[in-house]
Amino acid sequence: MFTPPPTFSGYGLGLRKEHYRDFLDTDVPVDFVEVISENFMVDGGQPRQILRQVRERHPVALHGVSMSIGSFDGLDRDYLHRLRALADEIQPLFVSDHLSWSRLGRFNSHDLLPLPYTEEALDLVCRNIDMAQDVLGRSMLFENPSTYVSFVDSPMTEWEFLDHMSKRTGCGLLLDVNNVYVSSRNHGFDAHAFLRGIPADRVRQIHLAGHTETPEVLIDTHDQPVCVDVWSLYADAMSLLGPVATMIERDDAIPPLPEVLDELAIARDIGRRNMRLAEAA
Amino acid sequence: MNLARWQQDFRDWLTVASNDASHRLVHGSTTGLDIYQNNYRAQLMSVLEASYPQVLARLGAVLFRDAAINHIDRHPPHAWTLDVYGENFEDTLRSLLPHNPDVHELAWVEWSLAQSFVAADADDVSNDDLASVDWETAELQLAPSLHLRRVTTNVEAIWSALYDDTEVPESEMLDASGGLITWRQGTSCRLRQTDATEYAALQSLHEDAHFASLCDVLVEHLGEDAGIARAGELLANWISAGIVIGIESHH
Repeated sequence: MFTPPPTFSGYGLGLRKEHYRDFLDTDVPVDFVEVISENFMVDGGQPRQILRQVRERHPVALHGVSMSIGSFDGLDRDYLHRLRALADEIQPLFVSDHLSWSRLGRFNSHDLLPLPYTEEALDLVCRNIDMAQDVLGRSMLFENPSTYVSFVDSPMTEWEFLDHMSKRTGCGLLLDVNNVYVSSRNHGFDAHAFLRGIPADRVRQIHLAGHTETPEVLIDTHDQPVCVDVWSLYADAMSLLGPVATMIERDDAIPPLPEVLDELAIARDIGRRNMRLAEAA
Repeated sequence: MNLARWQQDFRDWLTVASNDASHRLVHGSTTGLDIYQNNYRAQLMSVLEASYPQVLARLGAVLFRDAAINHIDRHPPHAWTLDVYGENFEDTLRSLLPHNPDVHELAWVEWSLAQSFVAADADDVSNDDLASVDWETAELQLAPSLHLRRVTTNVEAIWSALYDDTEVPESEMLDASGGLITWRQGTSCRLRQTDATEYAALQSLHEDAHFASLCDVLVEHLGEDAGIARAGELLANWISAGIVIGIESHH
């Protein structure tokens, strides 16, 4: 039985191409960086070389988007072995992916598709997590996704599902605060109840990001600054969780690095103030 | 509904917008499902645009978009990485624009350069490696990043002009077909047009890596003395360019 990886308290950024030069040429004031695993699961060339150079300066978390942990027909072994090779070389802080599915047989949607929170889905996801952790030889973190459809068939809440999943498999959780907010608005649940429902001792990493508001739904676009409501939710999360690695994700309309670092400074301030509440409790 | 059925319906909704599937997936509004379908198609469109920027520039946005939609409808992605999604786009372009070999070859150039970019790393051949070679038995090892094809148009000049943002020449058929190669030396990807003899020589190495066999091919094309001389000249160029990355001989 795996146990979640050790706690790491610090503030980081998602490493994006637009900021490669900054990270290679200057001493960027972050405690860790997170990279999209698949971008570096290649045979060779510049991507791997850049990652090695960044790794010499910073701890690195590997964050995947293609494991498809909820696939009905199991996991792709080639994918797992490539991820294992990358993790063995990089020795990451965390290896994470999403509680979602994207592949069915030879079809791969390359999107983080939702799962119904049923016993059948829980059994399947736990089997797949066991297999992934066995192949990787380490415990993983799984992230709560933003979702745009919900299922009448779901007898569990998302936080109950995450709780059962982490306890049965020994995996940790990556809490995406923006995703909690987006899904809570889209499906009408209480975001603070979500934070209180997940097992706090399993959360190892937090994502913060921006979203787009449309008249009907919120969409997780990662193309804007973190909004006030998400900062507020983050403060609540930190007061419940205590020290947890926190980072900001920007995947579109990526601003110059100083702007993202300014945003990370806000996270540091909120984190520092609210962690004290958790420690006092 | 069980999970298998649920995922099959979701796939059918994304790929063919099946209304039956959407009715089984959600009751009432399909707004949420529409977001997933839009994400799916928009992402694939973005991947094709990013993989083929010069084809996009050459065709223009409207024609490229038409080709991309056709491709997305016919080729749902199957691999774990989106990096390979554009693999068969040249075939789609060939079926839609059968009389534009310049476009097919331009697509090949862009795809092959992208593959070369992330191919396995390779070391250069050193002088020490060359010192002890038995040329009778020597086998040449080609760079894992090397891609090769026959070329019939001035696509190399077209791609270079598009890449350098200079005046793009009119498409022309070459007087005689030759070869196109892409490869990576260090971290730099390269594109070069070759004459028919060098193309035949490189192609022969894919089937038989022996230097002696390469000499036979060139002697057949050029005659005894010129063939042997060309083999030496080509090998020297390939080694210095990082196209040949190893020589193994069996003493």
